[in-house]
Amino acid sequence: MSDLIIVGILLALMALGYQVALGRYRKVTGRSEVRPHSRPAYHGLLVAIWCAIPALAVIIVFGLFEPVITRYVILSALPPEVRDLPTHELRGVMQRIHQIATGFGIVGEARPYENVAATRLGTYHAIWNFALVALVASSAVAGLVYTLRRITPRLRARNEVERVIRVLLLLCSAVAIMTTVGIVASLLGEAVRFFGFVNPLDFFFGTVWNPRFSSVGAGQGDFGLLPLLVGTLMISAIAILVALPIGLMTAIYMAEYASSHLRNIAKPIIEILAGIPTIVYGVFALTVAGPFFADLGAAVGLDISATSAFTAGAVMGVMIIPFISSLSDDIITQVPASMRDGSLGLGATRSETIKRVILPAALPGIVGAFLLAVSRAIGETMIVVLAAGNSPVLRFNPFEPSTSVTVSIVNQLTGDTDFASPQSLVAFALGLTLFIMTLGLNVVALYIVRKYREQYE
Amino acid sequence: MNDISHSPSAAKATATKAPPEVPQESAAVPKMRAEKVSVHYADKQALFDVDLDVPENQVISLIGPSGCGKSTFLRCLNRMNDTIDIARVSGHITLDGENIYDKALDVVELRARVGMVFQKPNPFPKSIFENVAYGPRIHGLASAKRDLEEIVATSLQRAGLFNEVKDRLDEPGTGLSGGQQQRLCIARAIAVNPEVILMDEPCSALDPIATAKVEELIDELRENYTIVIVTHSMQQAARVSQRTAMFHLGYLVEEGPTDMMFTNPTDKRTQDYITGRFG
Ligand SMILES: Nc1ncnc2c1ncn2[C@@H]1O[C@H](COP(=O)(O)OP(=O)(O)OP(=O)(O)O)[C@@H](O)[C@H]1O
Ligand SMILES: [Mg+2]
Repeated sequence: MSDLIIVGILLALMALGYQVALGRYRKVTGRSEVRPHSRPAYHGLLVAIWCAIPALAVIIVFGLFEPVITRYVILSALPPEVRDLPTHELRGVMQRIHQIATGFGIVGEARPYENVAATRLGTYHAIWNFALVALVASSAVAGLVYTLRRITPRLRARNEVERVIRVLLLLCSAVAIMTTVGIVASLLGEAVRFFGFVNPLDFFFGTVWNPRFSSVGAGQGDFGLLPLLVGTLMISAIAILVALPIGLMTAIYMAEYASSHLRNIAKPIIEILAGIPTIVYGVFALTVAGPFFADLGAAVGLDISATSAFTAGAVMGVMIIPFISSLSDDIITQVPASMRDGSLGLGATRSETIKRVILPAALPGIVGAFLLAVSRAIGETMIVVLAAGNSPVLRFNPFEPSTSVTVSIVNQLTGDTDFASPQSLVAFALGLTLFIMTLGLNVVALYIVRKYREQYE
Repeated sequence: MNDISHSPSAAKATATKAPPEVPQESAAVPKMRAEKVSVHYADKQALFDVDLDVPENQVISLIGPSGCGKSTFLRCLNRMNDTIDIARVSGHITLDGENIYDKALDVVELRARVGMVFQKPNPFPKSIFENVAYGPRIHGLASAKRDLEEIVATSLQRAGLFNEVKDRLDEPGTGLSGGQQQRLCIARAIAVNPEVILMDEPCSALDPIATAKVEELIDELRENYTIVIVTHSMQQAARVSQRTAMFHLGYLVEEGPTDMMFTNPTDKRTQDYITGRFG
């Protein structure tokens, strides 16, 4: 409720500031000889921005202190014997008080001291919110007035707005980067906890995957990564074997041979493949592709299991085709037309031109696209869950059931999870492994793509 | 205005006295002949019934204001317009009396006989050697490695580039200077041993010194090849070419010996263009 009020006040003040600034600008420039530096809209914007910045600062500071102060308020309202309870029990009590104060309701009867503390907390909340609104409003007004007084024809409002925008953009990218760092840090932290239970050597080089259930407790399972890793690599390799030739040929056809009419129709259709949710591919693999491959195998005397690395890989390959084809298509069309003309002008045929000039020139970019596709295949989950047979056994026959790292993460985190047991924590170690693999691939891919870009400059 | 296009014979008629450097043109059979050539880009017509003779072992310049269809015409001569989806060519063009738009004609072979040098130097991102060896390789002109090396060396020599690059044939062609790159492209075109070389503003990206070198080269090449060159520089046209054709808005305005065109043009538009009075 108070949040809405704050937002409303702030927006109203900013709009007001903008308008007032325009008025003041007119007055100031009207009686001055000097040619104004910035257009009126920049003065308005500047005032609005400086209205918001102090207010936001107040909100952030309040937000930082709120938990500390709340805790202090509750503690001071509690009788000493409760205050001295062990930490986790105290935390429970505080939770209950919070719930009473916000009218959420709790399990069981509220104890008297809880009610006292809750009332105290309620009063305090009311004061706190009022103070917040008042402070936000007054700081906004202060910023507004101060900036308003700075308006002169000489004020470089345009440049100042520019600076604010730069900082704003910087903050946004910082959010993205911090999030990544945070995710990696938490992955790392949990993975380290896992390696407290299981020796990293047993994890990375173990050949048996049998984590058991945490609830059973008795004895530890085997957490060998290799069966999962082999499954992932095998399925990805099959997917790439399917997707790379088809995707690349499609790209070459679309970029070099197809008439623009055909391209306008065919390209969107191919790209639809990329828009199909992976679960749909999974269902397709399980119900159509798998049985088909099994029958096909039976017909030629091969023992192909309906759910196998092959089924999952083949269907995943189809999913990746548009990924490879549209990236490669872009890269091939980026090869300057002058290269093409030069070769054709010497009497080379189209396919000679493609083979001898275009593909060599586009190769680094295509390798980049290929590596991105591989990291896509490694991270893919749904198709494998449904179509690979979920069999974490170290096997090298693609026609037998298999599994992947991603699928095992899903398995370890569904159902009852206890984040203190290695059975759940192993998911973080697996995630970290995947992350490092795809990160490595992406870094290599980006490096190659960047190198390729420089080539024609 | 009914003098939309002059046929070559009409232009010849105006050339009462042939300048000494022009070989006896009347006797020579034209290497290439264009008759009623029109080009459409989609619905837009870019060339209107152009008739033009390209005499053998001479340099002919195509001049005219930007967008008048010089490049379009040039690209008709080796059917590079085929590579543009929306381009449609009609009319009749012959090479040694043979219709190059004939269904039975092999375009790839045509382009080996009628080579092309582009406005912007466009060496392949390969070594200098591989750039020149490209054409001979795809046409199987050299059976042994030695033959290939021979072809590359002579082509570079003819293009006046050999001495500058002979120690670094395996370095990338893209690492050369602009003028060197353009001469590399000329060497690349010569290596296929074409009969006609088409050049589309070959010096527009070059400095005066590199331009002078390329012009000198063109003059030498005239002995063995027939050359059609598009240029925006009147001086260049005057320096290198024996004949000049003036285009305007898709029409061939007039064509004749270069001297005549520059001293005594028949058409007002040519006069205006040459004296720089064109808007
Ligand atoms: N690929 C194309 N698609 C559509 N229109 C084109 C294309 N190429 C040329 N044209 C049009 O054809 C006309 C003639 O172009 P062309 O390139 O032959 O002119 P130009 O005489 O070579 O000009 P410049 O001296 O500027 O090179 C122009 O109006 C141009 O817009
Ligand atoms: Mg042109």
